[in-house]
Amino acid sequence: MLDAAVAFGRVLRGAGLSVGPDRVMEFARALEELDAGRREDVYWAGKVTLTSRPEDGETYDRAFEIFWERGGEYRQRPVPKMRFRIPSPKDSVLPAKKTVRPDREGDQEAVTLRYSPIEVLRRKDFSEYTPEEFEELDGLLSELRVGGALRRTRRLEPARRGLYDARRTMRGAMRTGGEAVRHRFRRARSEPRRVVVLCDVSGSMSPYSRALLRFLHAGVISGLPFEAFSLGTRLTRLTRELATRDPDVALRRAADAMEDFSGGTRLGDAMKEFVDRWGQRGMARGAIVVILSDGWDRGEVDVLAEQMSRIHRLAYHVIWVNPLKARPGYRPLAAGMAAALPYVDTFLSGNNFDSLHRLARAIAEAAGHHR
Amino acid sequence: MSSGANGRRGALPPGVTNAVELQKKLREHDYLADEGLSTAIYLTLRLGRPLFLEGEAGVGKTEVAKVLSRILDTPLIRLQCYEGIDVYQAVYEWDYARQLLHIRATEALGGDRENLERDLYSREFLISRPLLQALEHEGENPPVLLIDEVDRSDDEFEAFLLEILSDFSVTIPEIGTIRAERPPIVVLTSNRTREVHDALKRRCLYFYIEHPGFEREVEIVRVRVPEAEERLARQVAAAVGRMRQMDLYKPPGVAETIDWTRALVALGARELDERLVEATLGSVLKYHEDQQRASSAGLATLVAGGMGA
Repeated sequence: MLDAAVAFGRVLRGAGLSVGPDRVMEFARALEELDAGRREDVYWAGKVTLTSRPEDGETYDRAFEIFWERGGEYRQRPVPKMRFRIPSPKDSVLPAKKTVRPDREGDQEAVTLRYSPIEVLRRKDFSEYTPEEFEELDGLLSELRVGGALRRTRRLEPARRGLYDARRTMRGAMRTGGEAVRHRFRRARSEPRRVVVLCDVSGSMSPYSRALLRFLHAGVISGLPFEAFSLGTRLTRLTRELATRDPDVALRRAADAMEDFSGGTRLGDAMKEFVDRWGQRGMARGAIVVILSDGWDRGEVDVLAEQMSRIHRLAYHVIWVNPLKARPGYRPLAAGMAAALPYVDTFLSGNNFDSLHRLARAIAEAAGHHR
Repeated sequence: MSSGANGRRGALPPGVTNAVELQKKLREHDYLADEGLSTAIYLTLRLGRPLFLEGEAGVGKTEVAKVLSRILDTPLIRLQCYEGIDVYQAVYEWDYARQLLHIRATEALGGDRENLERDLYSREFLISRPLLQALEHEGENPPVLLIDEVDRSDDEFEAFLLEILSDFSVTIPEIGTIRAERPPIVVLTSNRTREVHDALKRRCLYFYIEHPGFEREVEIVRVRVPEAEERLARQVAAAVGRMRQMDLYKPPGVAETIDWTRALVALGARELDERLVEATLGSVLKYHEDQQRASSAGLATLVAGGMGA
């Protein structure tokens, strides 16, 4: 039985499941508890010991059928057929040599990609992407961690003032014979700030919209307090639509929700709606507000300026990302952009993959400022 | 072996010797588990491994721990996870107020200041939180420890759980290592709001609870809301099944199916009609947008058929 368990484990590993020897042992022990001659028992014993995610289920089922019901030809072809499926349809371009190096603090996650075509893609302007390259970009963007960097725990740490730290006070008191001479305090370590991203989806932004929406998705599923909106002729909250892990499903839902995709822009009005309905009530308070837009506004520029000033007063930090900024000789001449700039703390380009990385870093750094 | 599970544990309920019997037992206590889940629970009891349950909200994950504690006639100790939860909230904390009083009393009585520290950090001043309670539980049977919504906690806490769940022991610097004589039966649940670390999952048996199929859901409704007539139960289960196909923000779980049926029964419903659906929609769909979506798809379509496939 152990031999069979080991062999089956090998099949599953070949199929992409992470099945270590410890799990295989567990499987063998589970079989001892059950009726190893009964198909259902073997099936469930394997399922609960050898899989650990719902996505594993399908792979497991196929491997089970091949191995246990067709006589265990596990050295044969079936294995490569059961390639582990990655949501992006073009998983073949995912860089093979990818090293994820978590920073010591555990809050900086640098992704290094070594793969020459990918290198080119990273710096290429989104507007020059071919449709094929966009599909490859999906793979790249799935590696992007929005503010994985941001993640701070809520644990308490010693501080000069804050909450009374009875534990340490008591400890100190022991040294003075039970007299609490020095009172100790602690306070919460910095929490992640809420990030609110308003993404312009008007026609002029369309070469960038797809990539930027992927960025929004990465943010929403990052586990941070993250809110996503689209700005066009109107405002649409996308947070819930994007909250699905599968990027394809998320983007489809987001697209369904936006009635104004690739339409006109009334930046000021849409922003007013944001501030009235959400920002003022708390969403923008103390948050990092990111606006992804080229600043072309067909509405009243005064409205935009007024709303930007409101946002600036509410928010902790305002980042404006303009894909056009990367163009040689760019100057913020679009009326909307010029009106907004006085209220912007950080002005970035957002035209390629590298610049999205910089944006992720800027968000992380803004979040850390107050420490 | 790292499992610390030597030989058989035999924490099975009386009269249960295999997974099928366990399934029956669960049923007697109004929990309808399919063969997969009852096998998973059976193995959990036999192998002494924690059981990691994932699934949408409302599919009955927490319920598993509750019913286990009932059939084993043993206490349920629950640890609700949240972001920032730490050792002091999960395992133990010192009772500072009492420690301070003790210091004062020692002084007032001119007592033994030499040994003050030893006294202060003794068992007497230790407050047990759920994990320590579970490790220290004394009784006929080990308790059921429910670590609920572990996906809400953070990485540090996960790493810490890893340690506790491999050894079933915890070290308190001032006191020493406390080891469970009889490891608790552990059920972890996750709504999958984020991915829990593989290392933690690897310590556990894993089961993903799906929404039940039509017939099972009818059965669940019949068991949990016995007042509901068969016909109504079938219509409700069918309607909920259709809702789950609708691409909602929050597709209804079994919990919502039961809530809904109860609401319908409370209104004296004997079978579903459009008017009743409209009146009770809030007990099954909890987002305004979802209700709108269901309405625009036509509430009548939810009622149509009714006897299921």
